[in-house]
Parts: sequence; structure tokens; C-alpha cells
Amino acid sequence: MTVPGSWYLVLSALLFSLGALGFFTRRNILIMFMSLELMLNAVNLTFVTFSRMLGDIGGQTLVFFVLVVAAAEVVVGLGIIMAIFRRRSSATADDLSIFRG
Amino acid sequence: MIDLLATQITLPDLITFLVAGIAVVLGALGVVLMRNPVHSALSMIMTLFAVAVLFIEQDAQFLAAVQVIVYAGAIVVLFLFVIMLLGVDKKEYLGKDKLRGQRPLAFISVLIIFVEILTLARGNWATGAKATVMSTTSPISNVEQLARAIFTTYLLPFEATSVLLIVAVVGAVVLVRRVDEKPGSAEQPKELETESEMK
Amino acid sequence: MLLPLAGSVFNMAFGKRLKRPFAGVIASLVVVASFALAVVAWLGLLGKPSGQRVYDFTLFNWISSGNLHLNVGAYLDPLSITMILFVTGISALIHVYSIGYMGHDERFSSFFVYLNLFVFAMLVLVLSDNFVFTFLGWEGVGATSYWLIAFWFERPTAAAAGKKAFIVNRIGDFGYLTAMFLLFTNLGSLSYGKVFGSVGQLSHTTVIAIAILFFVGAVGKSAQLPLFVWLVDAMEGPTPVSALIHAATMVTAGVYLMARVSPILHLTAGVGTLIAYVGVITAFVAAMAATSQTDIKKVLAYSTVSQLGYMFLGIGTGQYVAAIFLMVTHAFYKALLFLGAGSVIHGMHDEQNIKRMGALGKLMPATAVTFILAWLSIAGLPPFSGFWSKGDVLAGAYQSSVILWVIGALTAILTAYYMGREVYLVFFGQRRFDPTVKVHESPKVMLIPLYVLATLSVIGGALNLPISDKFRFLENWLTPVFGNALAQSTISSSARFALGAADGVFALIGIGFAWSLWVKSSSRPAVEPAFLAAGWGIDGFYDRVIARSSTRMSQFFTDVIEVKVVDGATMSVASLVGLLGKYVRKVQSGYIRNYALYISIGALVILGYFVTRAGA
Repeated sequence: MTVPGSWYLVLSALLFSLGALGFFTRRNILIMFMSLELMLNAVNLTFVTFSRMLGDIGGQTLVFFVLVVAAAEVVVGLGIIMAIFRRRSSATADDLSIFRG
Repeated sequence: MIDLLATQITLPDLITFLVAGIAVVLGALGVVLMRNPVHSALSMIMTLFAVAVLFIEQDAQFLAAVQVIVYAGAIVVLFLFVIMLLGVDKKEYLGKDKLRGQRPLAFISVLIIFVEILTLARGNWATGAKATVMSTTSPISNVEQLARAIFTTYLLPFEATSVLLIVAVVGAVVLVRRVDEKPGSAEQPKELETESEMK
Repeated sequence: MLLPLAGSVFNMAFGKRLKRPFAGVIASLVVVASFALAVVAWLGLLGKPSGQRVYDFTLFNWISSGNLHLNVGAYLDPLSITMILFVTGISALIHVYSIGYMGHDERFSSFFVYLNLFVFAMLVLVLSDNFVFTFLGWEGVGATSYWLIAFWFERPTAAAAGKKAFIVNRIGDFGYLTAMFLLFTNLGSLSYGKVFGSVGQLSHTTVIAIAILFFVGAVGKSAQLPLFVWLVDAMEGPTPVSALIHAATMVTAGVYLMARVSPILHLTAGVGTLIAYVGVITAFVAAMAATSQTDIKKVLAYSTVSQLGYMFLGIGTGQYVAAIFLMVTHAFYKALLFLGAGSVIHGMHDEQNIKRMGALGKLMPATAVTFILAWLSIAGLPPFSGFWSKGDVLAGAYQSSVILWVIGALTAILTAYYMGREVYLVFFGQRRFDPTVKVHESPKVMLIPLYVLATLSVIGGALNLPISDKFRFLENWLTPVFGNALAQSTISSSARFALGAADGVFALIGIGFAWSLWVKSSSRPAVEPAFLAAGWGIDGFYDRVIARSSTRMSQFFTDVIEVKVVDGATMSVASLVGLLGKYVRKVQSGYIRNYALYISIGALVILGYFVTRAGA
């Protein structure tokens, strides 16, 4: 018998929190992006955990789709970063604040 | 250890979980704390690998493989490429935040998120009927189970993701495509100048 | 029945690009097509036994709210099919005529857009199976008629006439709406079938209120006393419009409405009498005013008001069939008169004063002949259609009250007289116009509708011949609709014959008067008092009493209420928002991370709610 599911859940909560922290505090867009991936991974981990706990393949199916969407998201996001960088030659999120009220 | 014996956790499982868990946390901390983006990316690989290990530990072999191939193999490489291309592998100032109150607020809210998720995970939150797709206890292998679920019940979403991927590829190409720029137009556009005036 | 709408939309979209006559041709074709469809539907109804001649189809559910269920559907019964037949038929003729009449106008295609839209609205009005949808058509014909009245909006008088029609009609609409509300609150339905099925449950006072309010609506639309002033001013519009809207179709909407609600009217004898008296007095007043007009179209306008008065007399005395009969024949000859007048105006290069015409009979023979046929018809000479229809109405009036009959008979004499005056002044006597004006006969495209209408005016009486029951086609046709709301004829055939003879005599008297007075001379101030020329001064009265006092009130509102109350309130609200914005602005820092934090805090709160509350 393996480790109980609740342990995994705690771990993924920790991972999610760290990702959120990175997203809030870092200024480099790329690192913010990576933090986002960490959060996605945390959610994936919970899905797989629940899939095991409930004995149902559905959770894993959902993870599969999350992976696909994450891949697409990274591609487009990095494309946007490239486009921004070409104009601003900076990868700092705080420089993009022309929408300030 | 008495506790562990009571729940009948075998030692290899426990060791795997602990090692992978620590790797996950360390990698995540690395992503958040490293000043150099390249180091962050490398820490992320560690995290992703560890998560893949945890997948295997929970009988999700296919997903573990995909995790390694897609995330560690493709996405992180993409990140690294962009970092190299843009030349932003310089260090970021991690001292005092320019935004007043952002960092303490972030810490507080993240803490609350953590606590809330734990509370959620502790309770029994099943509502309604269980959406049973296929039981994992059946003798067939994990990959086959997943394949059956995806190509029968979730066929339409699956096809939709293929469309999504194509759209993403086309979008990325359009975004990154280098438009024929005139030599003089490298300067910043006008609206950005007004923004700097406002500061 | 949606064809005219399609035509209108088509012309709206492509009208500018089409060459001149095409927009008109397309518009005419769609109306002709809907006429053909109406004929088909009519034949379908004819094939059924007389008791079951109703098509009631529901297209879809339009509004469903609380107790209110409205269907978009059509209700075809002998009454509505009669309306549709003559509305589409005459519309088609007028469309054709307009191709010639409006040939030189710059906004040729938009004119046909309006015309088609009007026909569509009229069909909605007639075909609807509930009061709300009828009201939509009612407002639709109203709106299009304002556009058409004010079609030459560069003339200030035309624009003012459009506004006037709009405002005066509002009073009538108010009546209609209130009646509809009353019906709904009391019966919980607005479809014809249900309302008429359960109308008996209403209390007596409610029925009276509803009947009177519907009558107010009809008075506005059909230009009865005291709301007839707009119709006369509406003559500022192009003449085909006058013919189509203000003679043949729209103004009869009021009569149609009255006929439609006959089951309600049937329950209230008092309101019927009121309607009859309003009708007959309107008929008389308008006929008197018509005797003194000098504008060729205004004579016809007053004449229309007067004839509509006759129709209401028929409604009021329970002679619905006679009213509808008069409506149909009136549509024939009044459209003919207007189109003839339009032809004269066209030929005279926009001269409308009959005192400056004369002896046109030789110059415009076709117009003159058709116009005279229409005149004889409206005057009520025996073989023509007007004789039969007016005879029916007057016979009904005689049966109900001698006073009504006397006023009606007087009006009949007046009718023959003022129309005779117009005919003599325009087509006979000496030339009184500038000899340099080149008078010409109208083109074929305008004359053909005249011929058709002239034929109809002459033989239209055959629809309902009082010779024997077998020949009363219209009556047999319509009787199932009205059922017991229809007043039974109690007059013996000899009395009926005497009344008919009297009608003919009245017509002859009127024509004789007109002949003796106007064939030689063109100016007789003694019989043209100024207050009659000004329409009994009712217009001026409205102007003094209502318009000016409301202007003064508006002035007060602009000076005091507007500045102090409304402006003050808006200003303070604005400054409050400004002040608030000054502080809230800081939230929008422009930093993505900041926004993300706010979002997460929001999510936290929601999550916190679930953690603390939902688990309990």
C-alpha cells in the first residue's frame, strides 16, 4: 500500500502556493510564466491523486487535456513575449503598465 | 513509524514519495527564488521530473511519460530557447518591490490559499453522483484505460484539442513572424512614450 | 403576406442603385403578388361552408410572460379577407400610379420603401389574431403615414403636417392602449378568439369603458370629430399617398377595428348611439367645411372625413355590413378621386387651387371622365356604387333614429353639392389659369389605374344589391363574422325603396345646386364663409387653447425645473462620480502582478466561503 492520498494533496497545495507566490512577486515575465506552469502541475497532481483515490480513470483523462492546453498556452504565451520583447527589449512585467488608470 | 506501520505503507513507497516530494518543493522554491531565469528553468525541470515520479507512484504511467516528454522535453526547452533568444539571462533585482504592499499581500494571500486548500482536501467534498468513466481497478493496463476513455467518452474534446493545437501553432507563427520593418521604425511607438512621460 | 416587407427591405437595400423605374416596378410587383395571394386565400375561404370560413394559424409564440401569451399568427375570416382584398388591390393600383406620379422625384426609391412598408403594416393590422399585434400594425401604418405625409420634408408645412398627424394620433393610440390594458386585466388574454369568447363575463361598466376607449382609438385613426384636423393637413403629402393612406386604407383601420370588436360593442347600446351621433355629426361638419375649400385635395380630405363619419354611423347603428360595404366602395371612388386630382395637379404643374383651373375637361379627357364617374358615385346617383352603399347606411340610420337619418340625408345633399362644385370648377366653365401653362394629359401608367378604379366605382354596388337576399353577396359573406351583433333589418321593402329613391333625389338636388351656382361663376363669397374654409375654426381653437398653454408649460419646465432640479441633480451625480473615480483610479495600477493578486484575493474570498460555510 502506498502513501495515503492526503499526503499528495498537501504536497500539491504546497506546490500551488509556491507557484502563486512566484507569480505575485517576480517581475520577469518568463519566471511568472514558469510559476504558472508550477500551479498547473500542482492541479495535475491533485487530479491524478483523486483518480487513484476514487479508482476512476476520468481524473487522468482530464490531466491529459490539461497537458495539451498547457502546451498550447506556452506556445502562444512565449510568442507574445517574443513580440513584446521585440518592441520593448525588456522582459519585465512591470514595464507593461500603459493601461494604468 | 508506528503510524506508518498502522497504515501499512511499504518502505520503498515512502522513500519514493519523500524524495520526490522534497524535489518538487525544492524545484518550486528554485523557480521562485533564483535570480537567473536559466536557473529557474532548470529548477522547474527538477520539479516536473519529480511530479512525473509521483505520477508513476500513483499508477499513471502514461501521464508520467507525457509529463517528461512534453513538459521537461518540450516546454522547458522552449523556455530556455526564448531565454537565450531574448538574452534576458541577466539577473533580476530581487530586493525591495517597487509595488508598495505587493509582497506582504502576496505572502498573506498565498498562505491563506494554502490553508484553504488543505481544509478543502481534508473534508469530504463529493457532491452528487460519481462520474465514473472507467474503473482503474480493472486488469487492463493504464495506457489502454486512458486510451479507451479518451477515444470513446472524450472523443469530441480530444478532437477539439487538436484544433486548439493547430490554432496555437498558427498563432505563435503569426505573433513571432518578423514583419519587414523599415530601418527607422525600431524606435518605440508613440503611446509608449506618453506612458513614460506619465511616470 | 410578408411580401411587401420583403419588397421594402429590398428597395431599402438596393433602391439607390436601381435605375429609376425599377424600384417602383418591384414595389408594385410585390403588392400585386400579395393581392394574388389574397385572392387565393379568398377562394380557399369561398370553398368552405359559410359557418366555418375561418383560418386561424399560429406561426410562433412571440411573447410569453406571466399570464401574457402572445402568438404571431394570422386570423383569416370573411371580414379580414374583405379588407385585404381591397387594401392590396387598391395599393397595387396606387403603386402603379405612383411610378408615373413620382417619376421626377429625387427620392423615388425611398418613396416606394415607405409605400411597401405601409402595405405590410396594414396587412399586419388586418391579419393579426390578437390585439397587440393589431396594435403593432396600427402603429406601423401610423409611422409610415407620418413619413409619407412629411415626405417632402423640405417644405415646412409638410413637416408640420407630419408632426400634427403624429401628435393627434397619439390621443387615439392612448385610447386603444388603455382599452387593451383593461381587456387584459379583466380577461387575461388578448387574442381575438379568447376575448370574444369570454366577453360576456365582463361587468357592464367595464364593457362600456372598453368600447369607448376603442372608439377613441378609432376616432384618432379615422379622423372623426374632434380629432379630424390632422387628415386635412396630411394633404401636404404626395397625392398617391393621400389616395392610399388618407382615403382608401389607413383611415378605414378605425372602422375595421370597430367592426372587429363588434362583439364588445354589441353589449353596449349606449356606446353604439354615441358612435352613431359622433359619426353623423362628423359627416355633416366635414361636408359643410368641404363646401368652402379652394384646394382640390382639401375638398377631398373633408369629403373623406365626412364619408368616414357615414361609416361610423353604420357601425353605431349596428349596420356593420353597410359600414364595410361603404368602406369598400368609398375606397374605390375616393382613391379614384384622389388619383384624378393627382393627375390634374400633375398636368397643371403643381397647381392645387380649383379657382385657378376650369375647362380642363377638354384638355384632360380621360382624367375628366373618370373623375366625373367617381363624383357621380360619391354623390349617390342610382346606378353607381356610392348609391347602394350609402343607401344601406342611411336605411340603417332611419331604422334606428329619424334624427340620424335627417342629418345623414342633409349631408348627402351637401356631398353631392361640394363634389359638384369641385367638378364644375375644375373641368367646366372658363379657363382661369395662366394660358402659358402647358396642360397635358397624364401618362398611361397613371391613367390605367384610373380606368380600373372607375370601373370598380361604377359596378362596385353589385357587391351588395338590395334587390333580393340572393344578391346581397357581401352581407351573406360577412354575416357569420358579426353574428347577432348585426342589427336586423326591420324595414319593409317598399320603405326601403322609398328611401333609395329619396337618396337619388338628394343627390340630384345637390348636383343641381352645384350646377346652378358654379357652372358659370367661380366666385361666390356668400356660400363660402371664412370659418367653414378654416374647417369650423377647430384647428385655430386647438392652437389657442392646447398648443399655446402647453408651450407656456414647457417654457416653465425649461426655465425652472430643467435648470434647478434636473441639471442640479445630474451635475452633483457627475461630480460625485468624478470624486470617487479620483480615488478608485489608483486601484488600476497597470501592473499585471497587482491585478493577479486582486484576482486571487477575490478567489480566496469565494473559496473561504465554501470552506467555512458550504461544508457545514
